[in-house]
Amino acid sequence: MKYVDEFRDGERARGLARALHAEADPGRHYRLMEFCGGHTHAVFRYGVPDLLPDNIELIHGPGCPVCVLPIGRLDMAIRLVEKHPEVILASYGDMLRVPGSGRRTLLQARADGADVRMVYSVSDALALARANPERQMVFFGIGFETTTPPTALGILEARRSGLENFSVFCNHVLTPAAMGAILDVPETSAETVDIDGFIGPSHVSVIIGSGAYRFCADAHHKPVVIAGFEPLDVLQSLLMLVRQLNEGRAEVENQYIRAVTPTGNERAQAIVDDVFTLRDSFEWRGLGQIPHSALGLSPDYAEFDAERRFDMAYVAAEGTKGCECPAVLRGAKKPVDCKLFATACTPENPLGSCMVSDEGACAAYFTYGRFRQDALERQQAQRQAHREAREQ
Amino acid sequence: MTAGEFKAGQRQARRLDLRSGRVEMNHGAGGRAMADLVDLLFRQAFDNPLLNQANDQARFSAPQGDMVMTTDSFVISPLFFPGGNIGSLAVHGTVNDLAMGGAEPLYLSAGFILEEGLPLADLARIVEAMAAAAREAGVQIVTGDTKVVERGKGDGVFINTTGVGRVLPGIRVSGELARPGDRVLVSGTIGDHGVAVMSQRQGLAFATELLSDSAALNGLVATMAECAGPSLRVLRDPTRGGVAATLNELAHQSAVGVQLHESALPVRTEVRGACELLGLDPLTVANEGKLLAICEASVAEPLLAAMQQHPLGVNAAIIGEVIEDPLQLVRMTTAIGGERVVDWLHGEQLPRIC
Ligand code: SF4
Repeated sequence: MKYVDEFRDGERARGLARALHAEADPGRHYRLMEFCGGHTHAVFRYGVPDLLPDNIELIHGPGCPVCVLPIGRLDMAIRLVEKHPEVILASYGDMLRVPGSGRRTLLQARADGADVRMVYSVSDALALARANPERQMVFFGIGFETTTPPTALGILEARRSGLENFSVFCNHVLTPAAMGAILDVPETSAETVDIDGFIGPSHVSVIIGSGAYRFCADAHHKPVVIAGFEPLDVLQSLLMLVRQLNEGRAEVENQYIRAVTPTGNERAQAIVDDVFTLRDSFEWRGLGQIPHSALGLSPDYAEFDAERRFDMAYVAAEGTKGCECPAVLRGAKKPVDCKLFATACTPENPLGSCMVSDEGACAAYFTYGRFRQDALERQQAQRQAHREAREQ
Repeated sequence: MTAGEFKAGQRQARRLDLRSGRVEMNHGAGGRAMADLVDLLFRQAFDNPLLNQANDQARFSAPQGDMVMTTDSFVISPLFFPGGNIGSLAVHGTVNDLAMGGAEPLYLSAGFILEEGLPLADLARIVEAMAAAAREAGVQIVTGDTKVVERGKGDGVFINTTGVGRVLPGIRVSGELARPGDRVLVSGTIGDHGVAVMSQRQGLAFATELLSDSAALNGLVATMAECAGPSLRVLRDPTRGGVAATLNELAHQSAVGVQLHESALPVRTEVRGACELLGLDPLTVANEGKLLAICEASVAEPLLAAMQQHPLGVNAAIIGEVIEDPLQLVRMTTAIGGERVVDWLHGEQLPRIC
């Protein structure tokens, strides 16, 4: 695993930073969205903004699976375990802490007696189903294209082994649809987020291939550079974006050639196509209803669909009052723009999904960048004091 | 093996079936079965004159100078992990807590809560690991207790160890003594234990040759004390919560900040790779058998050299310095030259899903 160090080399980072400073046009502002929460996390964990010129602004996108799941869908899971004592709900850990309606969490439901288990993968859920044949095992499937193939394989395995007490509450969503939704907002709308280009997802692109983002370049004239999760990957992809913009190009480029091909993993795609089908529409936190943006179980596999098996109904719901997660997820606001950030809302006591997951922008700001925020507050206080002094 | 020992061994096999027997409720009931367990397993393994007094307490004379005392309970799953088990951990943990007070550990107690049904062979392995760890650390387990709980009411075995030690002459270390300008050292590679344990957990069984670094640090501490004397200000072992949590604790206690340098952090390539794969931060992964030290800047280099001479300090490094900071933050210059805060871990450490 030698390669990890190579991609954090300080010398090479300084070289890339110099190139960015030299090539970024001082007369222009670059607003570049890293779509993926994994990138947001890497950006703050390595202090990437410290190496950038002031006119390159990183906008944090919605690519955090826990963050974008709307409260209504989480409520469905909470209602399921409360109404059906025979159900064991297996979920990724972070999902347990996200507040649903009335700030109720799966963790609280568990404390009140519901059977909710934290798992690391769908295979853990299959093992639980086998170990508890008298119970109903429901896997809370969330995530982008990276986690969809494992869920599909889990369903195939359940069918193969005749595991009748296993089903999936499917919340798998699609990256390109969300990018499209961000770009589709009419320019006149107050909701418009100016984005000049995208850092494209790493792991997601391994599955779907770089070709999946062609529409950004072709229809919206926004460059996309697919990047690895290492800090040098991010810096290099920023340089590639700046060069495209300077040259007036809008192309899909691939910085992450060590893992991403134009067509992606076609075997994984075929399995997903077999097991799942496109939903007509799906609600995203922050982005609203997006047509054809999520997957449900295909008719062939309907018997593994928890929504059918337990007659689960979707009811749209509002988030915590004051929580700016929707705007943060669209890139329209920064976490520090939220009044609750670091005051009422902290990773210990999260009020919105973006503070729960490691990939959430609020959590990344809080965990890695708090001193910048503090410094900012001090500056503001000083300026305020100056102003008051002048006014007197 | 003498004829006498051989006979004793045969008797043991009859009275306590260490090969296929299991812990039963009467092993904690105070009767014959319990006496057998104590005599044939615990006393034989821990064998020392104080324990052999066979009283409900151990009697010893108090040494000169300051003493330290500490206690810790061990509840881990799995009980066995690459490089150790709950028994070795229970000795190392308490020995290290004493050593982090700048003390030479002297005596330990051991309390066992056993779950009915635990294979006696497992218990024997655990007890033997404790005995070996104690021998290696030069401490004696001088008193103990055993209770058995019904099946389902424990996780195989829980162990509590309490220890007393004598503070090394001329040494005064404490968490509030860090001063701006002091240097921060770590005794070896970080994150080994946490990643080794996590690799054993179901669902995370990725291939790794990593062993836990669980070890008794009192020998290393003695070497360090000899080298740095009173210029050694703080010692602490970064167990749960890792280096990040420990340094944050110390920053608060001493009302200072800490500045780290990522490129100076010793991290094994395997640990870095595993953390990368799982989306974890080596700074927040648990360690056993590693220590953080804060010392006056003037002794940092000689202290580092002394540590590197010791088998448990070969990979020691100076990783940062204590700074003045009203916000009492731990900051780090990252490998690529950026800045970030190194915060406590919030909630549980979980592998990423994206
Ligand atoms: S800081 Fe908390 S409340 Fe504010 S947007 Fe982020 S998650 Fe929501």
